[in-house]
Amino acid sequence: MNRAALAALLSHWRRRPFQLVTLILGLSLATALWSGVQAINAEARKSYGAAADVLGGGGLAELVRRDGGAISQADFVALRRAGWQVSPVIDGWIRGEAGRVRLLGVDPFTLPEGGSAGALAAGDMTGLLDGALFAHPSTAARLAEATAIDSLAPGIALADLDTAGTLLQTNGFTRLLISDTQPLTRPDLAEIAPDLRIETPETAEDLGRLTDSFHLNLTAFGLLSFAVGLFIVNGAVGLAFEQRRPVFRTLRALGLTAPRLVTFLVLELLLFALLAGILGILLGYLIAATLLPDVAATLRGLYGASVEGQLTLAPAWWLSGLAIACAGTALAAGGGLWRVARMTPLAPARPRAWAMASLNAFRWQLGAAAGCFLIAGAGWGIGGLLGGFTLLGGLLLAAALALPATLAAILSLAARSARAPLSEWFWADTRQQLPGLSLALMALLLALAANIGVGTMVSSFRATFTGWLDQRLVSELYVTLEDEADIPAFTAFMADKSEALLPIWEIEAEVLGAPAEIYGVADHPIYAENWPLLSAHPDTWARMARGEGLLINEQLARREALHPGDTLPLPGGFSMEINGIYSDYGNPIGQVVLPLDVLVARYDGIDRRDFGVLTGDRDLAALRTALIRDYGLPEENLIDQAALKSFSLSIFERTFAVTGALNILTLGVAGLAILTSLLTLAAMRLPQLAPLWALGLTRKDLARIELLRALILAALTFALALPLGLALAWVLLAVINVEAFGWRLPMFLFPGQWLWLFVLSLAAAALAALWPAWQMRRRPPADLIRVFTHER
Amino acid sequence: MVLDLSDLSKSFAGGAVRVLDGVSLSLAAGEVVALTGESGSGKSTLLHMAAGLEPVDSGAIRFEGRDLVAMTEAERAALRRSAIGIVFQQFNLIPSLNVAANLRFQARLAGREIADFDGLVASLSLQDQLAKYPEDLSGGQQQRVAIGRALAAAPRLLLADEPTGNLDETTGDGVFELLLSLARARNAGLLIATHSERLAAAADRRVHLSHGRITG
Repeated sequence: MNRAALAALLSHWRRRPFQLVTLILGLSLATALWSGVQAINAEARKSYGAAADVLGGGGLAELVRRDGGAISQADFVALRRAGWQVSPVIDGWIRGEAGRVRLLGVDPFTLPEGGSAGALAAGDMTGLLDGALFAHPSTAARLAEATAIDSLAPGIALADLDTAGTLLQTNGFTRLLISDTQPLTRPDLAEIAPDLRIETPETAEDLGRLTDSFHLNLTAFGLLSFAVGLFIVNGAVGLAFEQRRPVFRTLRALGLTAPRLVTFLVLELLLFALLAGILGILLGYLIAATLLPDVAATLRGLYGASVEGQLTLAPAWWLSGLAIACAGTALAAGGGLWRVARMTPLAPARPRAWAMASLNAFRWQLGAAAGCFLIAGAGWGIGGLLGGFTLLGGLLLAAALALPATLAAILSLAARSARAPLSEWFWADTRQQLPGLSLALMALLLALAANIGVGTMVSSFRATFTGWLDQRLVSELYVTLEDEADIPAFTAFMADKSEALLPIWEIEAEVLGAPAEIYGVADHPIYAENWPLLSAHPDTWARMARGEGLLINEQLARREALHPGDTLPLPGGFSMEINGIYSDYGNPIGQVVLPLDVLVARYDGIDRRDFGVLTGDRDLAALRTALIRDYGLPEENLIDQAALKSFSLSIFERTFAVTGALNILTLGVAGLAILTSLLTLAAMRLPQLAPLWALGLTRKDLARIELLRALILAALTFALALPLGLALAWVLLAVINVEAFGWRLPMFLFPGQWLWLFVLSLAAAALAALWPAWQMRRRPPADLIRVFTHER
Repeated sequence: MVLDLSDLSKSFAGGAVRVLDGVSLSLAAGEVVALTGESGSGKSTLLHMAAGLEPVDSGAIRFEGRDLVAMTEAERAALRRSAIGIVFQQFNLIPSLNVAANLRFQARLAGREIADFDGLVASLSLQDQLAKYPEDLSGGQQQRVAIGRALAAAPRLLLADEPTGNLDETTGDGVFELLLSLARARNAGLLIATHSERLAAAADRRVHLSHGRITG
């Protein structure tokens, strides 16, 4: 009995191989997109872990100066003499051939055991002491003279203190690592070095915390794609259950119990889930391997985090991929299984009753949508990144759940206003098709809304960023001198060749306990004309010219809730009033702009080699030539404004390349969902279409109608996706971006993009409907006649 | 003649199964012809060919003198819309439309107004069912809707394929009588396939099919 029953159930798939392909494909895609994103996240987190492990697993407490400045040699010596087992570290950034590289200067004699640097220092102490630089092979390739070594994390170079001090032009230490093993008694820190404080280790790595929002973003996209994929599975499983109702009925009538029937169906689904899971994992690996270089570029550009561009996969990832495939199948098939379990043995197959029951289900979904909407509201109330994503998820789910009922209402309205018999039938029939198509349309709604939302965000970002670059890059030419000693000669050389020289001098320090950049700004009217201030005193630039007050970037202002008029404590033990806040897109850390005189007077170790040159109406090309040929500057030390803008924009485009790729993948999955739903429905629809053919419509008419139906449903879904997408964009720009990155962007509308997406969605729907319509057009009359001669 | 079939032949499975073999048959306006025969004798195929649904292998079909075989698919479809009514054994109503819309459907498709819709509904005893959907009706009620749909368009030819085959005897008799009376009242030619000798006896003429040939 069991064998016969199982064979009867499985025979469905043998007769409908395309439906089986649909099911496997949907589940594979869902698993692939989810596992791909997880693989990328895991790889990135592994890299952060490796970076934190360089100095002893990231678990050591540290001593830092209270004012954020450098620790003196004297303090270090005093602590060692008092018995404190501490080891000095110089931490800074040097310029490599392709971006910045983090340089760690360590003392191999005192460095605590554990961690890759400790092991390296013990193994190649001579090399370190000889002034060699060590780095991971991928990082070493970006540095002029560095020894490649596998055990170091990518993006980090290691040197001894002398070498690091020279390269970073600093005399003091950034921090002192406190070894795990300390003498039983030792004097209090306050007695020996009162300017220092102990910073306890964070359990999570700094980079991990910093990049959480980015990974959360990717995870959200992965989840969205997974959900869209599950819609396909749900559609395929639901239709397979519906088509097999007569078989279920017969098996039940022949004595198969409902639990046994459900068990067989679960076994069948488990088999498919495992098969699709394996396929999905392989596909996910391909997606992750393709996207990882872009993700690595994004992380490097946004956070300065180095992620190795190669993918390694842990067994846990494989297992979690299979688990997610099984969980997804259970989620997608749960409703169908529940209905089978509750089905009476003599339940008749009534397609319209099924449609009506589904329309009732739409009302329940509408209730669930209201619930999701409330959850979204609660998310907004909670605030924070999690609140933002709750708002986002709640809105998306609410809209998706409300879609079928909304479409049903629109179609009913259209049916009521129809006058011609064919249009009356068309609207009524389309409404009846909704249950079979609703999941695919929900997938399309989500994909379109995500496209509109993310597209609006990225384009708003691009528009703002371009405008901001235009304002911010005031100088026509940017020059880096070989040495600070060249400044007088350079100034003299440029005296009659430029309108003004604007120093771009900076130091890196901690402001309010977090890394920050401190710049100096010269007194020049061009800043007042161009600097993009978000809020400021009316006489900001006059005050800056008098050496009073400072400017901070939006990130620092939002993080510390600072406003113009507040006082900001600065490294070096002094405070200044905030004159204004400026936008600083793309920068992950806080930034302070001081009057140039104040910067020079208050800080040592300023990098003074960079200048902006205002050329006025002079010939820029001639100036470049003069600087290279007459003054003797290497060409790479000159960057003109256009090159800098194009470089900045190329980084921007790369940053959003991953988002764009995931966007297209999600839309592709939604298109596939429509195609599979239409193809599956096409076979079920013959009994409804054959009478129309007999009553005097040609197969060509019917094919056209089917195509038109797909287009109208796609157009209606797009019309509903548009406001949802704009709401999504607003949440991304005004809530999530602010929480994740610390800056708020103005929202711009791009009707041209909507039009393009509208055309794209119509094309996707037409493409999806084309094959079923073509099948209808070419279907032999015998197939249609069979409808009149057999119970189907 | 409304319908004139001459020397019709049809095979399936690449010629392996010969369903009709040189069948000739004529039907005058207002005439009722019963087509009897065993299952598989070719009755349904003959009706489908007469309606222009099934292509012919050889032979001729003339509807009011026009060559149906030479027509394009669109021309045959237009003819079905305006001049031919079909009643199927499985009713084949449109599930998404209610009874009233189903009854009006073919007539409106042909661009005609139903002269006496209320009278038609009353003759079909469907007054209380107009707002219902096909699935909510009994088999007999569904078949009455199918007959009404076919007749509402005022066809000159009515083709009925085992219209009582899915109904019990009492209901079937009622439906058959209704079909006959309405067809005669509208002067439509009626070609009706049936297994029932008793019902066939009520027709003006009876044609028996056996193994694809007319035997009586």
